[in-house]
Amino acid sequence: MRLPDTTAGARILGIGSIQPDHVVTNADLEKRVETDDAWIRSRVGIAERRIADAETSLPDLAVEAGKAALKDAAFDPAELDAVVVATCTMPNPIPNAAAQVATGVGAAGVAAFDVNAACAGFCYGLGVAADMVRAGTARHVLVIGAEKLSDWIDWDDRSTCIIFADAAGAAVVGPAATGDEVGVGPVAWGSAGDRADAIRILGDTTNKLHQEGQAVFRWATTAVAPVALDAVERAGLTPADVDVLIPHQANLRIVEAIAKKLRQKGAREDMVVADDIVHSGNTSSASIPMALDHMRAAGRVRSGDVLLLVGFGAGLSYAGQVVVCP
Amino acid sequence: MADNAEILSGLAEIVEEVAGIDTAEVTREKSFVDDLDIDSLSMVEIAVQAEDKFGAKIPDDQLAELKTVGDAVDFIAKHQ
Ligand SMILES: CC(C)(COP(=O)(O)OP(=O)(O)OC[C@H]1O[C@@H](n2cnc3c(N)ncnc32)[C@H](O)[C@@H]1OP(=O)(O)O)[C@@H](O)C(=O)NCCC(=O)NCCS
Repeated sequence: MRLPDTTAGARILGIGSIQPDHVVTNADLEKRVETDDAWIRSRVGIAERRIADAETSLPDLAVEAGKAALKDAAFDPAELDAVVVATCTMPNPIPNAAAQVATGVGAAGVAAFDVNAACAGFCYGLGVAADMVRAGTARHVLVIGAEKLSDWIDWDDRSTCIIFADAAGAAVVGPAATGDEVGVGPVAWGSAGDRADAIRILGDTTNKLHQEGQAVFRWATTAVAPVALDAVERAGLTPADVDVLIPHQANLRIVEAIAKKLRQKGAREDMVVADDIVHSGNTSSASIPMALDHMRAAGRVRSGDVLLLVGFGAGLSYAGQVVVCP
Repeated sequence: MADNAEILSGLAEIVEEVAGIDTAEVTREKSFVDDLDIDSLSMVEIAVQAEDKFGAKIPDDQLAELKTVGDAVDFIAKHQ
């Protein structure tokens, strides 16, 4: 037996994202449930979110985001070796999203599989993809976080309908340009299966998402910052090296709490903190790559910046890593 | 173990840190929600810090029952 040639480092070659056109404002939700704009903004930080129409499937969103990332990387899809789709909202357990998405982006026939780590999914997928590249299992991998959460939300439940939304975000991962370049740092990841009930799709006939809001808030504001710090340490850096913090966009209050904790541990005051949730809502596995894409388009993140990504959510699952912005 | 006066002053510091409210405002009879304008998520952050500081577990369901600063001080005193 023999093993494939290995590569020292992996890096992100390009990113992209897609959101549905249809905007749902807080005022729109006020017409449906007993809520108000001020409450939503102050508790979760969301002003508006995007919801896909019935004709747009989750794989459709994933394909669009994947194509955008390939274009950004100026990478020929025929050269891809694998497609990984992080998702927790496919309409049915089979087929998976990744195989159809591979075909859809022009990489028919490559290795393709889904990763379900909910809101931590993109960081899980990116960690696996980078290790595949380093091990020589694949040279180029398209990683996509894609969600159509709107299918799983009870639009009469004000504790969840104000939060979640639809989107997809993607990255092309490939070998580093030089032997000593590290574009994707080691992943810090884990799970808390004793808290499986905290966020779940109910197994009853309603099949809708339910969460223990305060318990999740407590967990996210205490357990996630240490994961982010662990990722920084594994990368051989210090918190002061981080230019941009991109936590999963669960709730702006959680994002701010994580940033505050990192600053108490030495992260810079001028560290840029993602706040994409304000106009995008919580899009689970799509939120991190989409926030990065939007921030780069707005000039808030530049090529070469040190980015700290950290995803967390149902499972409970969490994962983070340091990456260099392409 | 902290006495009630120490718990009150420690709690006031936490409230100031989390919600930006002057420690002098944090007195026993004040209601967190109605007088100090602290919402349920800030209460969670206050509870987490109070747990660290006083070694008292404050579960979410109990937290909702702590309406006033005095309620919180008494709860912590009993459970530390
Ligand atoms: C969901 C969440 C916003 C709810 O906030 P909360 O403060 O825990 O809400 P509660 O259910 O305790 O309700 C607090 C008050 O607001 C009210 N309220 C709840 N939802 C409301 C809404 N959508 N609009 C207006 N008022 C609302 C409640 O009735 C309650 O009022 P009361 O105290 O007078 O009875 C919050 O818990 C949260 O965001 N948690 C984290 C969830 C998360 O990030 N999940 C994704 C993880 S990947």
